[in-house]
Amino acid sequence: MLPRVLRGGAWRRVALVGDSAPATVGVAIILAWVMLALLAPLIAPYPPNASDLSALAHATPSRTHWLGTDHLGRDLLSRILWGARPVLVIAPLAVLGAAAFGSLLGLVAGYRGGWIGLVITRACDIVLSFPVIILYMIILAHFGSSAWNIIAVLTLTKAPIIARIVRGMTLDLREREYVAAAKMRGESSLYIMLVEILPNARGPLFVDMCLRTGYNVIIIGVLGFLGIGLPPPDPDWGGMVKDTYGMMMVWPHMALVPCAAISSLVVGFNLLAVGLRELGLRD
Amino acid sequence: MARFVAKHVVFLLLTLFVVSFLVFTLNEYSPGAVARKILGAYATQEQVDLLTKQMGLDRPLLVRYVDYVRAAASGDLGQSARFKAPVREILAKHLANTALLASVAFACIVPLSMLLGVAAGMREGSRLDRGILIASTIVASIPEFALGVFLATVFVVWLGWLPGTATLVAGGGWSAAAQLVLPVAVIVLFDAGYVVSMIRASMVEVMQRPYIRTAVLKGLSFRRVVLRHAVRNAMITPITVIMLQINYLVAGVVVVETVFAYPGFGRMMLEAALFKDIALVEAGALVAALLAVVTNLLGDLAYMLLDPRIRA
Repeated sequence: MLPRVLRGGAWRRVALVGDSAPATVGVAIILAWVMLALLAPLIAPYPPNASDLSALAHATPSRTHWLGTDHLGRDLLSRILWGARPVLVIAPLAVLGAAAFGSLLGLVAGYRGGWIGLVITRACDIVLSFPVIILYMIILAHFGSSAWNIIAVLTLTKAPIIARIVRGMTLDLREREYVAAAKMRGESSLYIMLVEILPNARGPLFVDMCLRTGYNVIIIGVLGFLGIGLPPPDPDWGGMVKDTYGMMMVWPHMALVPCAAISSLVVGFNLLAVGLRELGLRD
Repeated sequence: MARFVAKHVVFLLLTLFVVSFLVFTLNEYSPGAVARKILGAYATQEQVDLLTKQMGLDRPLLVRYVDYVRAAASGDLGQSARFKAPVREILAKHLANTALLASVAFACIVPLSMLLGVAAGMREGSRLDRGILIASTIVASIPEFALGVFLATVFVVWLGWLPGTATLVAGGGWSAAAQLVLPVAVIVLFDAGYVVSMIRASMVEVMQRPYIRTAVLKGLSFRRVVLRHAVRNAMITPITVIMLQINYLVAGVVVVETVFAYPGFGRMMLEAALFKDIALVEAGALVAALLAVVTNLLGDLAYMLLDPRIRA
């Protein structure tokens, strides 16, 4: 059966997005990037990793290379289009992972309480108090960096925030009559947590997930920039900046183009979050 | 008060223990790793085994961890494999550089975001409010490295007003102050966006309180109501958030230091992690955890001092 989040008024709420200017702009930006990423094999003028060193003589934007080429003579437009794919897969997947794992931790911590709750809360506090970028560097440098490792690291470090939010709401929701009614019916704890409590906590979670997707896009970019992101040669926006920002005095466009791409995508997610909050979808 | 401090000290110790144990286990689980790193890729397996034995690295993990903690507690953080120097000296040098960068940035972030946050939040929904909200959202959306690239394109490549690197070595005719401008600007822009939205939200909430209405109905000027009545109460929540900013500051600092080749703690940690300079990584992680928890504590303390209701 569908979870309650997807039933009922959900579509009416999606239509509401049009009422908020920031949300509309945000959705438009995100959809545009999703379309470009999906169509990359059809619309990219060159293969993303095809290097044409003779193009380096005119690396700046031209009629043959609309956005110019990078330092290896690879077409920037093609690499930007293909580079949208990993970001748009990894960022939402990591958010979903964090939401699922974090909600579970938060539900158990809030509903059960006791020493299990205490251990979960303390563990989350520790992760939250630590500058995670240091954690990313240590873990990814140690285990090597791949799409799955990045998703795993993002899931583990973002789950505590979700857990904290869900725990707070669970503490409040578990005292409600419908929870008492479910208990009376003899439902299991798992059923009560997932079917009675979780759906009522979805509002704040949804806004938070939009913001967090934006943050994840930033982090994926930062990891690429620091040299611990997706491995080359496949295009990755952060990695493209890393490879070329040393040549800014000569060819500033090589670093500017991927920077503009990643910034616009994050702006899209954050505007959507601002808009959703404005519309009051959080309650 | 005593209970409050005790609770935080216990949490501090717990955090330090968990962080150090995890990082230690991750790095030193396989006994040969440390010796292999010191001797290099061309050493024979016998040499590695011999050094491992000499350094006592073939003992169980827990025994080694206890040894490590004992040494660390007495101030001996080990030897950096990359710099061939005591970790303590290297850490101190880089931390001092980062402290300089972060404190200058912090000194700019707080007044700037207070000004913008209060200006936006005092009249919710006004044109000024929406302008500041959208602008700060957009600025906070641009990753630090992209901000660095954008600013460098304008001020270094086009205008030639500022240097593109901040190595703090006086060279190329740029003073250390000129070198600091761009790194500080990037950190300020990225972090201020977030702090502004926090202060704005808090200000909006305070402006709806009954005592503000009373002050207005009493006939006080709007200016006086905002400055004397609202701002003080609106600053309580953001103070803790500003202290928590230290985490974001650290994240930003790592990137900014890499963009501008600044010889600070963040870049040192990145290079140490990539080079697998184990002693340096472990010590750096400890320092980062210590810093984070202490600023948390300071945030809570500030909260208590500002809000008499919590003190009681």
